[in-house]
Amino acid sequence: MSILLGVLEQGIIYAIMALGIYITYKILDFPDLTADGSFPLGAAVTAAVMVKGVNPYLALVIAFAAGVLSGIVTGIIHVKLKVRDLLSGIIVMTGLYSVNLRIAGKSNVPIFNMETIFDNAGLNNVLPESVASYQTLFVVVAVALASKFALDAYLKTKSGYLLRAVGDNSVIVTTLAKDSGFVKILGLAIANGLIALSGSVMCQQQRFFEISMGTGTMVIGLASVIIGTNLFKNFSKVRATTAVIIGAVIYKGCVAAAIKFGLSATDMKLVTAVLFLIILVLSRGRVKKVKNNA
Amino acid sequence: MLELKNINKYYNSGTVNEMCLFNNFNLTIKDHEFVSVIGSNGSGKTSLLNIICGSIATDSGNLIMQGSDITGEKEFRRYRKIGRVYQNPAMGTCPSMTILENMSLADNKGKPYNLGSGTNRKRAEFYRESLRQLNLGLEDKMNVKVGSLSGGQRQAMALLMSTMTPIEFLILDEHTAALDPKTAETIMELTDQIVKEKKLTTIMVTHNLRYALEYGNRLLMMHQGEAVLDKSAAEKAEMSIDDLLGVFNQISIECGN
Repeated sequence: MSILLGVLEQGIIYAIMALGIYITYKILDFPDLTADGSFPLGAAVTAAVMVKGVNPYLALVIAFAAGVLSGIVTGIIHVKLKVRDLLSGIIVMTGLYSVNLRIAGKSNVPIFNMETIFDNAGLNNVLPESVASYQTLFVVVAVALASKFALDAYLKTKSGYLLRAVGDNSVIVTTLAKDSGFVKILGLAIANGLIALSGSVMCQQQRFFEISMGTGTMVIGLASVIIGTNLFKNFSKVRATTAVIIGAVIYKGCVAAAIKFGLSATDMKLVTAVLFLIILVLSRGRVKKVKNNA
Repeated sequence: MLELKNINKYYNSGTVNEMCLFNNFNLTIKDHEFVSVIGSNGSGKTSLLNIICGSIATDSGNLIMQGSDITGEKEFRRYRKIGRVYQNPAMGTCPSMTILENMSLADNKGKPYNLGSGTNRKRAEFYRESLRQLNLGLEDKMNVKVGSLSGGQRQAMALLMSTMTPIEFLILDEHTAALDPKTAETIMELTDQIVKEKKLTTIMVTHNLRYALEYGNRLLMMHQGEAVLDKSAAEKAEMSIDDLLGVFNQISIECGN
């Protein structure tokens, strides 16, 4: 039961990040490696401000803003300096490693014995004692759903339409007299904001910041997006954002299962990578099958 | 009025492959003119359109649109007054968005793309009515993704979308070339109707000599970066396709083709 709870908690925290990857990978068609830097950026900022006594909820907002900034930097490098998309992300991700260390001060910052979004006087008063063990789950679900609904609502606005258009066909954005570069930067900003928000939640749940916690973020996010969107391909009623959240939980479940069946926790990243490969190959196989039948 | 003054455009400048496309090219297009542009491949037709829209930069010369110099203006800003339809039907629409969303997107051109609702439900009936004129049955598929439509259907939508909002210039870049003859005919008729209705100043590049003669009120033939033929509406009316082919062949012989 506690394993299941852990999978759900972690999966849903990563789902917030996967929503960001969904924006860059599916909507913008931009392989954004910034994620591996902006996820720990969110955590570093959170640890740094919480140590200074900032309210944990405010820390979420600050982390989101920091993520937005990192996305803007990647966007400007790509759009204005005309560096290829993949390289722009790699440059920012690499730079962020040092920035994160600077922000946090050291490579490992514990935030034990502090009020977090999961455990604070206000929340403990509201929620009854009996559900204490589910308190973390409640909070992560609330943050994830809030992110999901905000993103859904945004994608239905005029600005959201433009964002969807730019990844689909950036020429049309230009002919609509809009700067397609600006729209791309905007998309990267929102995406990395969500990724950093996820990092902040993760930091508060684990109660520490650790410099290497971002390694593989992009892969986990991509895997979640691909699992989710492929699984619900034929269910037009299920929104892509919902599918992505479910995909993230399933993916986390697969990793947990692999570790349960004998692999050690140090194998985590290898499991992550191999699972991702399997998912990529399987989802491509599907496409082929459809083409052969056509 | 659109004026191109002393336009110079070189490709691969500074290398052994340097090629001069436009050398002191001048062209004036008056308001409400519908210019058909023909010419062989590499004659500069598409480059002409790209220079007007700002998709490619010139090496020197000025571009004056309604009295103001827009030579240095960014491409996306120029499209405030310009609508453009490309040869490739996929260029004018967003495949992963529905017909309704595509129409809404285009309908908002010239207004801010803010956090207001993307689709204005009150406009849906207007979109449906515009689509009905196409006779393609698109009005009943408002929630279908554009990616699942045929090339002809998409091109019809692209044409509709590019001319939905108040614009002054319409740029057509071989917009019927990728379509079957019947669909091409439909799109061409629709184009003519829209241009007349909205009084658009239009430049249409085409390889179809019949369309070039039949539609529009001015005919340009481009060759090696120059307008070798420039016929007014009256002169055009007296020409036949054979006359045009004659000029075409003559040019080709001169080039040694």
